[in-house]
Amino acid sequence: MQTKYRILLPVISLAVLLAATFWMQPRTMSYFGVNLLFNLAVPIALATIAQMMIIMVNDIDLGMGAFVSLVACVVATFLHDTPVLGTFMLIGLILSYAAMGALIHRLELPAIVVTLGMSFVWGGLALFILPSPGGASPGWLRALMTSKPPLMPMAVVAAILISIVTHLLIMRSGIGTVLRGVGGNTRAVQRAGWSVIWLKALAYGLAGLFAVLAGMALVGLTTSADANIALRYTLLSIAGVILGGGEFIGGKVSPTGAVIGALTLTLASSFLNFMRLNPDWQIGAQGAILILVLTARLLFAKREVRT
Amino acid sequence: MKRSMQIFTRPWIWSWLAAAVVFAMTLALTGADGATGLAYAALSFGSFAAIVGLGQMLVMTLGPGNVDLSIPATMTLAATLGLKVMNSEPGNAMLGLGVALLAGLLTGGMNVLLIFLLRLPPIIATLAASLVYQSVAIWSNRGLRIKPPEALADFATGRLIGVPNVAWVALVLSIIIWIVLERSLWGRWLLASGQNMRAARLAGVPVQAVRAVTYIAVALLASVAGYLLASFSGGAALNMGSEYLLMSIAVVVIGGTSVAGGFSNVPGIWGASLFMFLVVSMLNSYGAGAGLRMVLTGTIIIFIVIAASSRRGRL
Repeated sequence: MQTKYRILLPVISLAVLLAATFWMQPRTMSYFGVNLLFNLAVPIALATIAQMMIIMVNDIDLGMGAFVSLVACVVATFLHDTPVLGTFMLIGLILSYAAMGALIHRLELPAIVVTLGMSFVWGGLALFILPSPGGASPGWLRALMTSKPPLMPMAVVAAILISIVTHLLIMRSGIGTVLRGVGGNTRAVQRAGWSVIWLKALAYGLAGLFAVLAGMALVGLTTSADANIALRYTLLSIAGVILGGGEFIGGKVSPTGAVIGALTLTLASSFLNFMRLNPDWQIGAQGAILILVLTARLLFAKREVRT
Repeated sequence: MKRSMQIFTRPWIWSWLAAAVVFAMTLALTGADGATGLAYAALSFGSFAAIVGLGQMLVMTLGPGNVDLSIPATMTLAATLGLKVMNSEPGNAMLGLGVALLAGLLTGGMNVLLIFLLRLPPIIATLAASLVYQSVAIWSNRGLRIKPPEALADFATGRLIGVPNVAWVALVLSIIIWIVLERSLWGRWLLASGQNMRAARLAGVPVQAVRAVTYIAVALLASVAGYLLASFSGGAALNMGSEYLLMSIAVVVIGGTSVAGGFSNVPGIWGASLFMFLVVSMLNSYGAGAGLRMVLTGTIIIFIVIAASSRRGRL
């Protein structure tokens, strides 16, 4: 798929789904309606960006959900009670993600397994901090996530902001291009004089940073945390990246697409709610929507071969 | 190299060593009296991990990017449908197994369709499809917990010559897969496809057919595991498969199967399955809480992977 068309499909699928939702439930076509539809999309979008950083360097992170859960637990306890200590802990978590990337590269370990093993570590730490659901959101975080900016709801503003920042960082900046190069051709980047171990650490560190932001946004919305709060983010984030036009290998990713992919996934579950579908089939319908959108991708790819 | 030393170059030896060390460490605390009981429990619970691990191993042998994330959903669906058709009545065990295998065949076939016709990456195809299977399982289950027929439950929890029946089943399946991999044409084709798909295709290996059969085989193994697990634990539950997603991948990697594909390792699967159970029971008997237990499990997994990979580098 060519780069300039990469963004088309995610945009179209989101537009179609949004139109269908508005048609079924016209009352959602308002400031509050849209806010309600996309409220939970902000943490998912941030987690998807985090997953994208890892997929960008040809790895995959199966511990993302557990890590975001751990962050949520830290935010709801330490960041709330002792902000300084909490901040240091979050910085420590980001650094440990960077260290994990360096380790994976240095010892040539399979990322899928290391992140899987780390998911136990994150999950265990989260249980340690918060054995039962609880905690509280820091006031400023709650205020930020529930603020009502003029014209557009917070969720939309945040989504646009995230996609602009990450687009500039990954697609426009010099270091972003080199990072994508690591996924495209590691050896070429190395020959050009870059230290791949630092680049991998940077990619993983960025993933850690965005995952931390995801956990913070999540607590800001839910006002409490538990050790399993974000486990489903692992699969959601992978699906979001692919829905957004990213590919598992070759450093072919799209930050804007990833954000849109996350919005589409969030909207899909709201849409199914409005359809008054038998709850038994809700999860399955979400899977079916995912398959449908990905099938559309095939049509795009085929057309490209023909032209 | 002497034959006695040669054994340490086998990729499966590490998982067995790790299992043995953990076994010894548990006994050091609880005393030698518990040895048979612990070994028996490890064999029972390890069997389920071994069966799904074998399936995941076949898929991962196909090379990077090949992994089946629908194993838990297939297990749940096969077990739910199998128990439903048996309806706790005696004499229905084979019918139930048949239905469970049929469910596995269908989910496997669906995965193959998505991967080949729609050309989706296997990770995302099996992930999306597993949501659908999960829904079907929820819909057909309706929160009921149907008991397995008594004879079947007795079989699943029973033993033969001191070894759990489920372990015998898993052992027979392992031997079949081992023979197929090492001796049959199809096994050679699978390994060849995993080592270099392009070269294999040029050499005349029907690569796509090999991949399709592999994805169906993993679903069949998952459905057998689900059927046995439900019979063993007195009924199918909707979350019964959930821990086997991570388990199946962890068992394959700890067992010494190359994540890069092209090399399978059946004995390692067993060592790793026993290890995964034993490590949890060891941490339990040392009084570790749930959090600490998970942290240590994760750390141990990573250390084994590091040990296995640095050893590969030296050879």
